[in-house]
Amino acid sequence: MKTTSFWKEFTKGIVISNPLFVLVLGLCPALAVSTSVDNALGMSIGVTFVLLGSNIIISAIRKIIPNMVRIPIFIVIIATFVTIVNLVFHAYVPSLYESLGIYLPLIVVNCIILGRAEAFASKNPLLHSIADALGISIGFMLALLIISFLRETLGTGSLSIFGARLFTLPILGEHPMAIFVLPPGAFLLMGLLLALLRRLGVIKSE
Amino acid sequence: MNNLITIFLSMALINNFILAKFLGLCPFFGVSKKLSNALSMGVAVTLVMFIATVATWLINHYILIPFDVQYMSIVIYILVIASLVQIVEMAIKRTNLTLYNALGIYLPLITTNCAVLGITLINATEAYSLLESVVCSLGGGIGFTLVLIIMSGIRERLELADSPMSMKGLPVALLTAMLLGLTFFGFGGMI
Repeated sequence: MKTTSFWKEFTKGIVISNPLFVLVLGLCPALAVSTSVDNALGMSIGVTFVLLGSNIIISAIRKIIPNMVRIPIFIVIIATFVTIVNLVFHAYVPSLYESLGIYLPLIVVNCIILGRAEAFASKNPLLHSIADALGISIGFMLALLIISFLRETLGTGSLSIFGARLFTLPILGEHPMAIFVLPPGAFLLMGLLLALLRRLGVIKSE
Repeated sequence: MNNLITIFLSMALINNFILAKFLGLCPFFGVSKKLSNALSMGVAVTLVMFIATVATWLINHYILIPFDVQYMSIVIYILVIASLVQIVEMAIKRTNLTLYNALGIYLPLITTNCAVLGITLINATEAYSLLESVVCSLGGGIGFTLVLIIMSGIRERLELADSPMSMKGLPVALLTAMLLGLTFFGFGGMI
């Protein structure tokens, strides 16, 4: 019984309530950092850490948080974890820290994390909150990887992960569609992806 | 003076908060369905951005830097913004009830608006002076309001347009944002 509900909370975040494609939360960092797969990976690792940490702490102390001041408490807990991520990235992966820029500290105001704290972790036991955090994080990571993969390959004509060039496309390599790495390309790709997923019936239309 | 004009234009048009920096997308897609709401939201965000910029600049230069605790900036900034939004809400409620009713639910939502935290972080990383920070926040706020108003005008028409089933709502709004972004790209030649 217990393992099945754990599994349910875990899988739900990946497809059925995928934070980016279905709930459309956390659009700001997703569109901003998806210019390359490296950035997308770094961002999703940061979000995973913060979401897991905040869900664990909030779920653990959910019974002693006064209802009136719960939102400020959530924000302080989240901000603490974001500070940790910020300092760790600054110390160990300075190049990633540079390219993520202000979007790394902006995880604080990412709607996904506060949303999970308010809607799930503050009402559910520890184990389920961990499952929920992992599921939602993986869903976010998958969505972000899809977007960044398409943007990098179409926009630069090649794909490289952590400095290692994986492949270069034949024609696009010489004449990349630069719009995809520019900000308008993010809107274009996100709009087309959402429409495609609705057409295929993966997510419901409005 | 030239420097200030450059900062203002760059924040308002070239590096527009919504179209180039992707900050404040939630109100952009959520609120921008009616022209009057868009204006109220834009004004509220600009006001909070301005006050938050002054407050965080003072805190940064008179508390965080002298005591060498800049690593606490994220926690401090978000707390300052959250309490400022509360104070602004109370002040507007006491002094101008019409404005308070017009802004309605948008005021509390501004706490989690990335544009506000974004502007304080930009000012901190660029190491702007107080005047430069204020100009930067005003430019950002006005650019934000401008795009919100343009978008709401388009979306009022878009609601009536006969777009394909799967494109209705958000996808078509995203594509509109792309076209707007391309147009704003043209401002890049100004500086």
